[in-house]
Amino acid sequence: MAFLELSNLEKVFGTNRVVTDFTMGIEKGEFVSLLGPSGCGKTTVLRMVAGFETPTSGAIRIDGQDVTGQRTNQRAIGMMFQAYALFPNMTVADNVGFGLKVKGVPREERKDRVAEMLRLIGLPDLGSRFPFQLSGGQQQRVALARALAPRPRVLLLDEPLSALDAKVRVSLRNEIRDIQRELGITAIFVTHDQEEAMSISDRIVVMNGGIAEQVGAPFEIYNNPRTRFVAGFVGTLNMLSATVEDPAERMLTLAGQRVVLARGEIATPRGETVTLALRPEAIHLGRAEGCEVALPATVEEVHFLGSVIRIRARVAGTVVALDTFNRPDQPPPPPGSAAEISFAARDVILLAD
Amino acid sequence: MTRFLAWTAFLLGVLYFILPLIGMTEFSLKMRRGEYSFDAYRAVFGDPRFWETFSYSLTLAAATIIFGVLLVVPTAYWVRLKLPQARPIIEFITLLPLVIPAIVIVFGYIRLYNTSSILPLTGSALGTDILLTMGYATLALPYMYRAVDTGLRTIDVATLTEAAQSLGAGWFTILARIILPNVLVAVLSGAFLTLAIVIGEFTMAALLNRPAFGPFMQLLGANRAYEPPALAVIAFAITWGCMGLIQLVTRFSKHERAKV
Repeated sequence: MAFLELSNLEKVFGTNRVVTDFTMGIEKGEFVSLLGPSGCGKTTVLRMVAGFETPTSGAIRIDGQDVTGQRTNQRAIGMMFQAYALFPNMTVADNVGFGLKVKGVPREERKDRVAEMLRLIGLPDLGSRFPFQLSGGQQQRVALARALAPRPRVLLLDEPLSALDAKVRVSLRNEIRDIQRELGITAIFVTHDQEEAMSISDRIVVMNGGIAEQVGAPFEIYNNPRTRFVAGFVGTLNMLSATVEDPAERMLTLAGQRVVLARGEIATPRGETVTLALRPEAIHLGRAEGCEVALPATVEEVHFLGSVIRIRARVAGTVVALDTFNRPDQPPPPPGSAAEISFAARDVILLAD
Repeated sequence: MTRFLAWTAFLLGVLYFILPLIGMTEFSLKMRRGEYSFDAYRAVFGDPRFWETFSYSLTLAAATIIFGVLLVVPTAYWVRLKLPQARPIIEFITLLPLVIPAIVIVFGYIRLYNTSSILPLTGSALGTDILLTMGYATLALPYMYRAVDTGLRTIDVATLTEAAQSLGAGWFTILARIILPNVLVAVLSGAFLTLAIVIGEFTMAALLNRPAFGPFMQLLGANRAYEPPALAVIAFAITWGCMGLIQLVTRFSKHERAKV
């Protein structure tokens, strides 16, 4: 049995079913991200784990103990909020020590733990400041220390980086991950930012319409998306239509060229159309080595992004995006020029509808 | 030209408010013929009934404030947190004391709580004091509720509550250690408004026959010439002192400065 068990969780608000049959187990020390667009139910799942929402049906178990009917303050969880939620009337040290005080930890022990937590987040000298005297990043660090101080069983993070600027976001997410690893605490992270989720998670749950569409490691989710939604939501994806020639041999025809897929089962009968997907980095400009499929294309747009150049080209009536690394000796083709693109059959993802 | 008109309107307004006060203060100082003196003030402060009634009203004001805070803060907090749809109804209820005259309320009280009723509060001095405190709390409700509700609007009640709950806090701890300290200035402004209302209230105290400051002012005004304006100046000084205290509390409350 996993450390945190979510079994058949459902949540209905009035006539609106927000979460449907959500089941997953999270191991101790694991960092799991709930990823999805607004309204997909990810925050509701987190709030049910926290105890802020009562599941319509289903059960939540932490370390073998059923906590479904327990109030939030009985669950021994720590939580970070998007809006920091530091207590404005308390100093940083009082904020961090609040949970310990509620637990009745003696003053001396509390003082030591607060100092330890402030050292952990790299703000050992700011204990006497008030929240309004700190930057956004510092406030969120304090919120992390406050959540961790009472040694919670599970750390819940509700889009804690959304209110921060881009640079602070990247550094803080790495800090959160480092501290989580150091303490070995089980964490659930809610985000709508796929890059954020992929960079720090052990596993990602991609949610859509209240359903967990796919659960897996970031590498797995990115490279083998199981549904069209996951493929489209995680990373950029080019969709191409192909005609089935021989389902058993995974043989297809794409823009007049024969493609034999390296993976995936084709359940569609011969002569029918299927959707293929390709990541921008899997498509090459020109005929690259190891690429079995080459198609004529017309360059439509060129976006210089620094180390990467993103090119949009029209192939067999469809616009595809492809990424190439910037090389000073190889300027990108001008828009409107004819080109050839190529890709390997092993990079083609067959999408289930 | 516009600026000139604005300043003229402002000055006229100031004169409209200041002149009666100056006139009243000056009159209160003219008890001794031909010279200014504090004789009227000396007479007021020398009257034992002043101190008796003033301390009585002060005690009842303190009781009203405590009762008001205990009633209004949890109510306003709960409405904001769990029953936002009930806010118009609660606001309407809290506004009722402004449209129902105090005399109607007190006659209702006397009818409901007289000595032949199930709860004969008017049968004893303590019972009547409790009844008067409830009456004062009702009169102060529109001001207290609005002050606290405005204070709650400046903080993220829901998120702070959830943050405290996630750290193991129960409802009492959340109210006492998170919500109340963060709306303290609002609560204090409501408290000082309550104090000002209770100190000057006449109708309820007179009809319940309690030795409050309001009936004393009326009694003094009916029989003397110079002492009533002196009392009025004292009452103004108390109100302004209370307002000054609100400002002082805001200034010294460090975290409150962040909201400014």
